[in-house]
Amino acid sequence: MFEVRVEAKAFDPGAEHARLAALAPRVGAVVLFTGQVRDEPLVLEHWPGVAERWIERRLAAARGRWPLLGAILVHRFGPLAVGAPIVLVATAAAHRADAFAAAEYLMDFLKSEAPFWKRRPDGRWVEPRAEDKRARMRWETA
Amino acid sequence: MAAPLKLLYFAWVRERIGVGAEELAVEGPVTLEALLGALRARSPGHAAALAEAGCLRAAINGEMAGWEAIARPGDEVALFPPMTGG
Repeated sequence: MFEVRVEAKAFDPGAEHARLAALAPRVGAVVLFTGQVRDEPLVLEHWPGVAERWIERRLAAARGRWPLLGAILVHRFGPLAVGAPIVLVATAAAHRADAFAAAEYLMDFLKSEAPFWKRRPDGRWVEPRAEDKRARMRWETA
Repeated sequence: MAAPLKLLYFAWVRERIGVGAEELAVEGPVTLEALLGALRARSPGHAAALAEAGCLRAAINGEMAGWEAIARPGDEVALFPPMTGG
């Protein structure tokens, strides 16, 4: 099961995990990451249609690099309160190393190359972090 | 007459320009670099939003493109800040 969703509503990490865990008997590892709003509320702007397409493409690339048995990627948009979940990346594989690596790869892409922009309550837009770019670049040579 | 370029703006580019989408009449193919120059002359908001190419990213018809890339009449060109998802 491979799924990409870009939506305003909140997601339930437990439910998403259960869907990948249910891919028995071949799945031996499920890695699930969630990112959430910290410090102050945010508004997430996105490019509808294109966001989904770029994430789908990166998921296809991940499947070419690691033998994944399933993956779920969810990215929210709109106004989000402190503590609200923003993003979920969940991967399932036979073994943990593949699930961990693919989840990190997908998350690094979502931070700096998926068309989302974060605005703070005072109207300032979040600046890209050099660390996020470095994190993504490491996959070019790996 | 050639079809206009369709322009899309996101985040602070959209805010500074004041609209999320607009059209620009073009005679023929243009590089994104030349397009930026033409757009800067449209209004002070455009000039402020598009002052530094290094702070911007671009896409043609929904695919990332460099400043040397060529947009043709009827294409959709998106201009936006570096992405900050996750």
